Amino acid sequence: MAVDLNMKVLIVDDYKTMLRIIGNLLKQLGFTNVDEATDGSMALSKMRQTSYGLVISDWNMEPMTGYQLLKEVRADEALKKTPFIMVTAESKTENVVAAKQAGVNNYIVKPFNAATLKTKMSAVLGPF
Amino acid sequence: MNALENSRKISERVETLREELGETVGIEEVAEVVESLMTTMQGDISAVELEMHEEIRKLVHYISAAKSEIAAIQPREINDKHIPVASDELDAVVQATEDATGTILDAAEELETLGDELGEGVADRIAGITAKIYEASNFQDITGQRITKVVNTLHHIEHKVQMLAAALGEDISPLTDSAIDDTEGDEALLNGPQLPQAANSQEEIDALLASFD
Repeated sequence: MAVDLNMKVLIVDDYKTMLRIIGNLLKQLGFTNVDEATDGSMALSKMRQTSYGLVISDWNMEPMTGYQLLKEVRADEALKKTPFIMVTAESKTENVVAAKQAGVNNYIVKPFNAATLKTKMSAVLGPF
Repeated sequence: MNALENSRKISERVETLREELGETVGIEEVAEVVESLMTTMQGDISAVELEMHEEIRKLVHYISAAKSEIAAIQPREINDKHIPVASDELDAVVQATEDATGTILDAAEELETLGDELGEGVADRIAGITAKIYEASNFQDITGQRITKVVNTLHHIEHKVQMLAAALGEDISPLTDSAIDDTEGDEALLNGPQLPQAANSQEEIDALLASFD
């Protein structure tokens, strides 16, 4: 099934610059319906009001981290199937393992390039 | 004086000191208590008591020396001058790189819009170039996080220095302004970039120079 480029994508990061960077890269990949949140709790609130086809989240945020957001999403019956990609500077094995065990679909370590973003998104959503 | 009597007298003196001085007692007061006890001992002093006195004397000397060494590192200056300065400078670095990255992204987005107006072939080439700009701009997030770790480490060191100084009875009251800045002569003119809130703008400098005319 072809990937719907019009799907709503939620980017979650406390660095506004990173929100811009990921947003612009998504736009170049054809995803123009992009929403933003600056921490996990804001993202969760938005997810409970709007249906997103993909969440791309940082880890280190306050008051709610991306890891906590992931666990909340996977624990929520209505949200648990939402594709979730972690994009973070946290590169230790235990972080990746924890995220995987919490149900992350893919994991991108910062700094990253456009090709990596596309590859990891394709692995989760299908080729586009 | 037997051991039981010694123990009772020590307990009484400790309790008196606690009432007078609270829980933190200076090493000098400890030495005074021991000396006082030894001089009031009646009868023969046993080898054990002599040895105890000697060990306590060495302990007092060791702690006094450690206290002097800690005082020499000037914990007040570390906490009131060096760490706050370092922390402020690092915050300024993060802000400056964030501002610069924002400007770079503005330019890249403008180029993309221009590319869309010039047609598909050019637009694709420009998109490839701007993608590299976006990728390179990742650095600002990473450097910001690294600097935040350094700042947190500095605050941790500051807290530990304060605890250490307090435990040894060091006076940790804040330094006065004159004590904070002790450079003189030409060296006083070597300050490097100022923090944004303290810096003169170009306009202010131009106005200052013009005021000499």
